[in-house]
Amino acid sequence: MRNFWNTALRDLGKVGVAYILITVGVWLVFMILIPQLIMFDYSLRPMLPLREIGGPKDIWTLKNYMVFFSNRLHMAIFFKTIWSSLIVTLTALALCYPIAFYLAKVARGAKVGLLMLGLIIPYWINELLRLFAWQIILADMGILNQSLIFLGIIADPINFRMGNGAVILGMTYAYILFMVFPIYNVMESLDRNQLDAARDLGASWLRIHYKIVMPHAKPGIAVGCTMTFMLAAGTVAAPQLLGSPSSFWFTQVINTNFECANWNLGAAYATVLMLLCVIFMFIMLKIFKVGLKELTQ
Amino acid sequence: MGQDVEISGVSMRFGEFYAARDINVHIQAGEFFSFLGPSGCGKTTLLRLVSGFMDPSEGQIKIGGKDMRGIGSNNRPTAMIFQNLALFPLMTVEENIGFGLEVRHLPKAKRQKKVEGLIELVDLYGTGDRMISELSGGQKQRVAIARALAVNPAVLLLDEPLSALDLRLRNHMRAELRNIQRRTDVTFIYITHDQTEALTMSDRVGVMSIGKLEQVAKPDIIYNTPKTAFVASFVGESNIIQGDIIGIDGDYAVLKTVCGSFLCKNPQQLETGETATIFIRPETIFLAKEPHEDNLLTCRTKTISFEGAYAVVTLTTEQGQIFTMRLNNDGSVPRIEEGENIKVRFNRENAFLLKNGGTPIA
Repeated sequence: MRNFWNTALRDLGKVGVAYILITVGVWLVFMILIPQLIMFDYSLRPMLPLREIGGPKDIWTLKNYMVFFSNRLHMAIFFKTIWSSLIVTLTALALCYPIAFYLAKVARGAKVGLLMLGLIIPYWINELLRLFAWQIILADMGILNQSLIFLGIIADPINFRMGNGAVILGMTYAYILFMVFPIYNVMESLDRNQLDAARDLGASWLRIHYKIVMPHAKPGIAVGCTMTFMLAAGTVAAPQLLGSPSSFWFTQVINTNFECANWNLGAAYATVLMLLCVIFMFIMLKIFKVGLKELTQ
Repeated sequence: MGQDVEISGVSMRFGEFYAARDINVHIQAGEFFSFLGPSGCGKTTLLRLVSGFMDPSEGQIKIGGKDMRGIGSNNRPTAMIFQNLALFPLMTVEENIGFGLEVRHLPKAKRQKKVEGLIELVDLYGTGDRMISELSGGQKQRVAIARALAVNPAVLLLDEPLSALDLRLRNHMRAELRNIQRRTDVTFIYITHDQTEALTMSDRVGVMSIGKLEQVAKPDIIYNTPKTAFVASFVGESNIIQGDIIGIDGDYAVLKTVCGSFLCKNPQQLETGETATIFIRPETIFLAKEPHEDNLLTCRTKTISFEGAYAVVTLTTEQGQIFTMRLNNDGSVPRIEEGENIKVRFNRENAFLLKNGGTPIA
């Protein structure tokens, strides 16, 4: 440790070390620790009229959490959100694994650059606009319905926006990059000769992926799944724009709490969602037998 | 048991570029055959064609008499040892060696027995449950050999597998490889740019230049009677002098050069008037005993580097031509000093007249 500081001081100088310590410190304290603590603090206090805040009634209680656990509808929405986010995650994984493999190990030269560009271009447009675009595509007389009718596959327009299908579709589309890049990154470092060697020893493509590529790509898959799941569970725009009015998502419930000026309840709900995401991350680490350290590679 | 590999008229084209052009060679079953050539000569391409990672643009590859076109690397009776070994880092030694057997759905007990046998064959006893990263360079080498041999290949393909090892280990592994080849009787096709490796291990060597197979022969024949200027200059060291042929005498020809006229072997049957190069090995140049012998050169010694068993002497002629001579330290040679004027000669049997091409001594 002492050695580390000495090296840092020699290489960066006092100003450099101070700059790094301050920036990391500010980020850690003001952008992560304090907001989370404030939210947690809010979630433990009852909603009170302005003049009673700080008064005798303003004590820590689990009442807000009790509200959530006793509200069957909200619990159902919470589990639906978990379930749907899992579907989004798995769909994105199924889509992105072959894309990442193709980019990392099959395509060469300019092709990789072009495909990367193709993946990134949609992200030049604001997320809301992309979701609006899906709204137009999936509308009753939208391009998809009209095409299907024109081709004679259906007679009447399908209401795609009933249920959760459209939300899951929109989210999968929105988070593909967050799945592709981590997997692509780890696959990139896989020695192509290992694929050839496995092939040469008689392995089928399926086995090569199962025994060689997937074990190698595990950290990337874990990161991609964690990010996609968190984004899917935590977004409010996609369900708001693509979901049907009758099908609520948990983030919308949180949003409503805040809109109804019950910030304390909203904070409690948000804490529950955050806990879910943390738990999900640890489950992923466990499943893929990846350490926190490997995640950062 | 090994199988023979028949490469006939094989060319491999990448766009306009020929990585291999009209290669013809019949490698015998159980032979240790090396392709020797500089990097970029197409030898790795040839190996990948035999292993089935790609099919040739033209020509045919037969293994054990069977045409291999359209048969993937997973279905050929070959196994390859990669230059970087390509061991599976997330598996143990045993899992690596057993990979090909697992793929073939060999029952676990049988697999275990076979893996143990291979571990013994390559002298890896006691490392079975270690991870690859815990092994030394030589041990990794052995795992790669065992993994490839596990699938009972008829032909083992080796792509410069020793190049990453230090000199001592490399020498040791050479002997080991040769030994394993004799014991298993598998056909070995070995790729290398290291002539010592090719010459010491192989039954036969094929020397390759840019996409072309220049000569196929036993190691001593490659060294002693190179067929082309490329082979002469790539395999071993040579002194070279260029000139014009002024006369033919049976299997010999007279070449007129700046240093005088020399009588040499003419294996390519070049004709009078053609320009050609003489190749003379440093160890076939002697101190002249009589003043009027033929193939005589008058030189001044430039540097003498004493290596123990022999000394390497560089000479310059009056015309500025530089020669290298290797004198054995067997007591028969009088002592010479740097800067001395001496006369040297070579036998016509040991000098080869070849068509121009080939690079001068490094």
